[in-house]
Amino acid sequence: MDALILDSVVLGYGGKSVVSELSFSLAPGEIGCLLGGSGCGKTTVLRAIAGFEPLQAGRIALNGHWVADASWQLAPERRQIGMVFQDYALFPHMTVADNVGFGLREWTGVDKSRRIEEMLSLVGLDDAGKRYPHQLSGGQQQRVALARALAPGPTVLLMDEPFSNLDVELRERLSIDVHHILKKTGTTGLLVTHNQQEAFAMADRVGVMVDGQLQQWSSPYALYHEPATRQIATFVGDGVFLPAQVSGQNCVSFELGELCRIQPLDVPDNTAVDVLIRPDDIQHDDSSPIKAKVLERVFRGAAFLYTLELPSGDRVLSLVPSHHNHAVGEMIGIQLEIDHLVAFPKL
Amino acid sequence: MHTRGSIWNWRGWGPLRALAIAALTLIPLIVVLASFFDPQLEAWEHLATYVLPGVLWNTFVLVVGVGLGVLFLGVSLAWLTAVCDFPGRKFFSWSLMLPLAMPAYVLAFVQVGLLDFTGPVQSFLRAWLGSSSWFPPIRSTGGVVLVLTLAFYPYVYLLARNAFITQGLRAVEAAQMLGYTRFQAFWKVALPMARPWIAGGVTLALMETLADFGSVSIFSFDTFTTAIYKAWFSLFNLSAASQLASLLVMVVLVLAVIDQRLRHNRRYAVKSFTPVRISLQRGAKWSATIFCALILAIAFAVPMIQLLVWVVDVWREDFDARYPVFLLHSIWLAGMAAVVVTVLGLLLSAIRQHHKDATTQLIVRLATLGYAIPGTVLAVGVFIPVAWLDNQLITLAGWLHWDVQQILKGSLFVMLAALSARFLAVAFQPIDAAMQRITRNQGNAARSLGLSPKKVLMHLQLPMVRGGLLTAALIVFVDVMKEMPITLMTRPFGWDTLAVRVFEMTSEGMWDRAALPSLAIVLAGLLPVILLIKKSESGFH
Repeated sequence: MDALILDSVVLGYGGKSVVSELSFSLAPGEIGCLLGGSGCGKTTVLRAIAGFEPLQAGRIALNGHWVADASWQLAPERRQIGMVFQDYALFPHMTVADNVGFGLREWTGVDKSRRIEEMLSLVGLDDAGKRYPHQLSGGQQQRVALARALAPGPTVLLMDEPFSNLDVELRERLSIDVHHILKKTGTTGLLVTHNQQEAFAMADRVGVMVDGQLQQWSSPYALYHEPATRQIATFVGDGVFLPAQVSGQNCVSFELGELCRIQPLDVPDNTAVDVLIRPDDIQHDDSSPIKAKVLERVFRGAAFLYTLELPSGDRVLSLVPSHHNHAVGEMIGIQLEIDHLVAFPKL
Repeated sequence: MHTRGSIWNWRGWGPLRALAIAALTLIPLIVVLASFFDPQLEAWEHLATYVLPGVLWNTFVLVVGVGLGVLFLGVSLAWLTAVCDFPGRKFFSWSLMLPLAMPAYVLAFVQVGLLDFTGPVQSFLRAWLGSSSWFPPIRSTGGVVLVLTLAFYPYVYLLARNAFITQGLRAVEAAQMLGYTRFQAFWKVALPMARPWIAGGVTLALMETLADFGSVSIFSFDTFTTAIYKAWFSLFNLSAASQLASLLVMVVLVLAVIDQRLRHNRRYAVKSFTPVRISLQRGAKWSATIFCALILAIAFAVPMIQLLVWVVDVWREDFDARYPVFLLHSIWLAGMAAVVVTVLGLLLSAIRQHHKDATTQLIVRLATLGYAIPGTVLAVGVFIPVAWLDNQLITLAGWLHWDVQQILKGSLFVMLAALSARFLAVAFQPIDAAMQRITRNQGNAARSLGLSPKKVLMHLQLPMVRGGLLTAALIVFVDVMKEMPITLMTRPFGWDTLAVRVFEMTSEGMWDRAALPSLAIVLAGLLPVILLIKKSESGFH
C-alpha cells in the first residue's frame, strides 16, 4: 500500500488551472521530489496534499485512505502530515523544546519530554531546547523545523524549498543529513525544490514539473541519463545537442561516430535527430584522432569545464580532470564515452 | 581644518546637541516631577481629601474599561480583515481606520448629542414605543468608556492587523500541520505571537486615554486632566495643578517604558506569507460583515452624518466674521508648529545618525518622550519655568526703568514650545525612518562618483528624506489642529482656535454650534489617515 497517491490531480484558482492531470505515488519510506522553476506549480501541489488547496479534479490518498477529491477534503489537521515550511514558520514566542513538543498533543509528562529530547538529538541539537528560535542560526532553525514536523510521527513529511534560505555549503550538508534522518526514521517524504543538487542528494524519485505538468517521474540517475523529453534534457544538468542521422533501428551516426542502444528509437531510418551530449560523455584523450579547439574554459577545482569547437563548427562541453591544463585556442584530442544514447526528433 | 583632537571632534558634542533639543521635553518633565518631590502640604491635603479619591477611581475604571474595549474591538476586527474572507472585507480593511480622523472629543459630543434623552435616537424610540426610560444613559461611566474605545481602537487594529498579515496565516497553517484546528491555532499560536503588537496598540490607546481632556470634560467625568485644568483655571492653584500633573506623569511614564520595551520585542521578521485567506462559511460570513459595518457606523459614519446635519442647520449663523478668525488661528498655529517641529525632528535625526554613542542615543529617546506626556501636564511644565524666567526678566527690566507686565508669559512662544515638546516624536519617527533608509554605502557611492559632501546632501539625502519630512509636517499640522488642552491652557488671552471654539460650545452643551469647527478639524484629520491607508495598502499587497 502506497503512503501517498496523487491520481489525476488538477489544481487552480478560479477558472485557471495551475497544475494539470498530476499523478504519482510514493511507497512507504520513499523520498520523492518535485523539481521545477518558480511558478511551475510545485508548491501548490504540496499545499494541496497538506490540505490548504482545494482540488478541481482528481484525488489524493494517504496511507490507503482517500483524503481529498473535487467535492470533499479532510481538514489539514486530521491528515497526520508533517510540513517543513520554506521560512520554517517556527513560533517565535516559544522555546525550541516547546516548538518541537507543540504537535505532541496526546503526549504528557516524561514521555513527552523524552520524545522532544529524542527529536532534538536526532537533528543534532541536543542542547538547544531551552533557547528561542531567534537565538539560532538559519541552519539550526531548519533543524528545529524538521524536528517539530517529525515529532508526531507523520505519515508523510512535506518539505517546501527547505534549504533555500541557507548558503550553498550548508544546503548541501543539510540535504544529506535530512536524507539520512528520513531514512533512519523510515519517513515517507516529499520535497519541492528548484535546486537539482538538492533533489539528487535527497530523493529516490524525482519528477520534473514544467508549466504545471509532471514531465517525468523516475530516479535521479534516470532523469539525468535518460531524460524523457527535450525540456527535461535541457533543464537537468549541462549538455548540448548535436545533429545526427538515424541509422538502422537502434543507432544514430554523427560527427563523433556512431552510437547504438538496446531499445529501438521508434523513428524511421535517416530521420534527422538531435543527440544529447553531456560534459561527462566527452573524454580528453591525447592519442585520439578526433581533435577539437578549446574555446573557453572554466576552472572548477577538481576539473575544468571546457567548451570545445568541433571541425564542423558545432560545440560540445567536456569535463576534464584538472591536471589537463590546456590554453584557449589549443587543439586537444577527445573521445566519446557514452553509455546512454538520448536522441530527440529535430525541432 | 578639522584635525584629530580639535574642538570639533570633541566627543561631548553629540550629547550636547541632542540635549539642546531634548531640553524642550526634559525641562517641563523635570519641573513637573520636581513638584512631586517637593510636596506642598496644603495643596496635598486638599487634593487627598476632595480630588484624588474620585480621580483615581475614575482613571482606574477608564484604563481598565478602555483597555479591554480596544483589545476586543482591535483584535477581532484585525483578525477578520487580515486573515478571513467575507463580503466587504477589502472595504472594511481600510475604512475601519477612518475613526482615527475624528478627535475623541468630537466623537464624544456627537454621541452625547445623539444618544442623550433629548437626542434623536431616544426621541425616535419614545415616538414609537412610548418610553425610552429603559435606554442606558450615555452620560455615564459606560458612555465614556464606549466613546474612548470607539475613538482609540484603531491603534490596536492597525498594529494587530500588521502582525496577523505578516505571520498570522503562516502560523495557523504550521499549527494545523501539527494537528490543531484553526480555532485552536488562533488561540495557541497566532494570538500569542502577535502579543507585542497587540500590547503596543493597547499601550498607545491607554496613553491617549490618560491624555484625553476634551471627551472626559464633555461627560463631566473627572480625571487627572480635568482636575489639573480645574486647579489651574478655577482655583488658580498652580502647585495643586503641578502636584496632580506629577502623579499623572508617573503613570504615563510607566506606560512609555512598557511601550519602548514592546517595540524592542517586535522583531520577528517573517519574509514570506501565503495570501490564501480563510473563507468564512455562510452564517459566519454575514455576521462578520454586520459586525464590521456596525463598528464603522457608530465610530465614524453616523457621527459624520450627525455633524453634517448640524452644520446644515446652523452654518448660516455660525459662519460669521469670527469663524474665519478661528480657522486662520488654527492654520497659523498648526503651520508654525509643523515647520518648527519638522526642523527639530530633522536636526535630532541628523544628530542621532552622526553621533552613535550611547549617551546621545539615550538623550534622543528622552527627547521623543513627549508623545507620552498629556497636554495638560506639558502646559503646566512649560508655564512654570516661563513664569520664573519672566519674573527675572521683569526685574531686569525694572532696573533699566522699563515697565513691563509680562514678556514671554501668555505669548505664542509658550504655546509653540509646549506643542513642539508634545509632537516632536510624531515628526521624528517618519523622518528618522527615512534617514535610516539612506545607507552609508549610498553616500559613499555618491562621493566616489565625485560629489562633494554638500552635493551629496542636496542631491541624495534631502530628496531621499523629502517624503519623510512631508509626512512629518502633515501629521504635526493635523495633530496641532486637533489638540485641545495645551492650546486651551497656554494660548494668549482671547486667541481662539477651532479646537478652543469646540471646547467652549460643548462646555455649554451647544452641540450643534460645535459642529462647524469640528467638521473642519475632522476633514483635516482625514489627510494623514488617507496617507496611512495608502501606506498600509502598499505595504501589504
